[in-house]
Amino acid sequence: MDDSRVIPIAPAGGAAPGRSAAFEYIATRKDELIGWARKFSLFPYPFVTACCAMEFMAVSGSPYDTDRFGAALPRFSPRQADLLMVVGTITHKQAPVLLKVWEQMCEPKWVLAFGVCATSGGFYNNYATVQGVDRLLPVDVYVPGCPPRPEMVIDGILRLQEKIAGQKHPILTRDF
Amino acid sequence: MDSFRDKLDRQLAAAFPALAAAADMPVLALAGNQALAAARRLRDEFGFDMLSSVTAVDWPQRAPRFDVVWHFYSTRSFARLRMKAQVGVDDPQVDSLLPLYGAAAFMERECHEMFGIGFRGNPDLRPILMYEGFVGYPLRKDYAKTHEQPLVPYREQPPAGRPAQEP
Amino acid sequence: MDTRLPNPVRPAFGASSDDTVVVNIGPSHPATHGTVQIIAELSGEKVLRVDVHCGYLHRGFEKECEAHTWHNLIPYVDRLNYCSALINDFAYCDTVERLMAIEITPRCRYLRTLLAEYSRIADHMTCVAAALMELGAMTAFLYLVTIRDQIYEHLADLTGARLTYSYGRIGGLARDLPPGWLERLEKILADCDVFLGRVHGLVDRNRIFIDRMRNVGTIGAAEAIHWGYTGPMLRASGAPRDLRKDVPYLAYAELEFEVPVGIIGDNYDRYYVRMREIDESIHMIRQLVDLLEDKGQGPIEVDDRRCSFPPKERVYGEIESLINHFKLVIDGPRVPAGEVYVAHEAANGELGFYAVSTGGAGPYRLHVRSPSFVHMGGIHRMLENYQLADLVPTFGSVNMIGGECDR
Repeated sequence: MDDSRVIPIAPAGGAAPGRSAAFEYIATRKDELIGWARKFSLFPYPFVTACCAMEFMAVSGSPYDTDRFGAALPRFSPRQADLLMVVGTITHKQAPVLLKVWEQMCEPKWVLAFGVCATSGGFYNNYATVQGVDRLLPVDVYVPGCPPRPEMVIDGILRLQEKIAGQKHPILTRDF
Repeated sequence: MDSFRDKLDRQLAAAFPALAAAADMPVLALAGNQALAAARRLRDEFGFDMLSSVTAVDWPQRAPRFDVVWHFYSTRSFARLRMKAQVGVDDPQVDSLLPLYGAAAFMERECHEMFGIGFRGNPDLRPILMYEGFVGYPLRKDYAKTHEQPLVPYREQPPAGRPAQEP
Repeated sequence: MDTRLPNPVRPAFGASSDDTVVVNIGPSHPATHGTVQIIAELSGEKVLRVDVHCGYLHRGFEKECEAHTWHNLIPYVDRLNYCSALINDFAYCDTVERLMAIEITPRCRYLRTLLAEYSRIADHMTCVAAALMELGAMTAFLYLVTIRDQIYEHLADLTGARLTYSYGRIGGLARDLPPGWLERLEKILADCDVFLGRVHGLVDRNRIFIDRMRNVGTIGAAEAIHWGYTGPMLRASGAPRDLRKDVPYLAYAELEFEVPVGIIGDNYDRYYVRMREIDESIHMIRQLVDLLEDKGQGPIEVDDRRCSFPPKERVYGEIESLINHFKLVIDGPRVPAGEVYVAHEAANGELGFYAVSTGGAGPYRLHVRSPSFVHMGGIHRMLENYQLADLVPTFGSVNMIGGECDR
């Protein structure tokens, strides 16, 4: 799978060869600005299957409320979403569907594995269950729990936001 | 209600000599090709208007290997009845109860894909819980629990101990 | 290299003429709760034929049953109908108790009944909330999720978990009520009445709601029985069948409650039957609180060493209790050989467990008669000849729970 969408931050102590320090400074500030904008406007695609759905509903409603973090409005079309929340167990029957939805999402996109079944298969170690969604697609944040408490989910979203804030966000060219 | 139930039990015992009494409900043991006729009598004469479940049990040490088990319920007398047929692994065919109960459709599909039991008279035995391309019958005792048949190839996993992406 | 993803199902039909279109709805679709695929042939907006595929959440529960002890299956059983996990717990424990010929204590019986009804309230609220949200009534969803969250937190005080409790034990319950639990229960029930009143006010006589739900997805009582429907689906069609009244178990014979019945079996009837059942459950819980006070004092676990742990002081003090405890944890309870089918009235209908034991530490075979699965078998009768947009409220009113349907 393509990991090039996460580009490591340039090593400390100097600009990359062929670039001026001013360029790097502008690129970093641009990344901080875009990262700030993107992390506070997440549009989740809730790929909901099982019991974790109940906690997803709970974390979306009051008193937990993901709307405080900008991650409330779900988009049920992968073309319009940027955060794939895999909520619940993924079975082998469901795997092609999950992969199709993920491939239809446009960059930038992130994946949050919600619940221990999405993280590692949970306690369903058998012929029907995929032992973790990261066997199919790259996962950014794992939120274990069976089901995770809403506070854990919010913690997961906050960590994802930190990750997004620290990433490079190329918008004009592949490098800038 | 008890005398009504006793009367029902007596009538059932008279109609089906093979009826036995298990701990929780009467059990009728018969051959796989008698199931439809017996179920029709149970529904029309004895009021068992609801089919609760169709399932099977695998006894690999025994021949014939499978027990196909039906549970019936009467919404009028609240009586329950279990019907069982033994079928071997070489020709695991029983009658389908689809002509009598619409509920049999999905239940028989599940029993077929899990055990390989054939239901004569059910035209649609496509997998319902499993997927196309799955080989084998998972609930048989000789199917290993963790034998997965992925539909989608797995992506490369990073070596253990290192994160997938550099921070 | 063929990069297309494989199709996990085989549709039953293609388009039958040039004027019709076959569309695929799901499985990743909010209306179908993420796990059901409906392949529909449409003529314009009218649904001609429907092919329903479930199984996208088949997690191999029945195979897992053969690899664990009777006790260790309680968390798995929780995750069948995860909206009302306590009902599944108690139905399963009842199944094993029948095989072992154990009779639970009165306190356990009343508490199980109370918690089963409490769970049923949470389940019906979830169903109605999701159904209304899919129609666009976001406010009703938020009201119901708020009060449901209070129920979850309250049950977390008792069991330790908000959703999948693993609270039932073979022969009893995990622990007794903490102090103050029943007082908080009364407050939550009062809040339930308030919030339900608001939802009724928003929706019951709302023109749009009636237009979308009345005479949509209709199924008659005889046909419902033919397709194996039980629970609120059957009661909405007019048949007053309820296992709690017809074949009472737990403490239902001592309670006074009505069985709400619908008129024609459409979506509106199913919605209203569920709302009335919440009222009846609240009424039952209030009676059970009094019964607990009067006749329900005593231990919550039956004093049977085959399944109940000995008290901890004795485990640390004497070797027999230590061995007993060890055997129960490692090997599980020894259940005598036999088979049994036990059915409880779950939130969706008849939840049955068919257990076959050969005397071992775990079940030889455990089959779940799942109401949602049987309802999916007949749902095509409620979707065909209606509009495509009617699929959403009809499916929402069936309360298909993936964990229970696909097991």
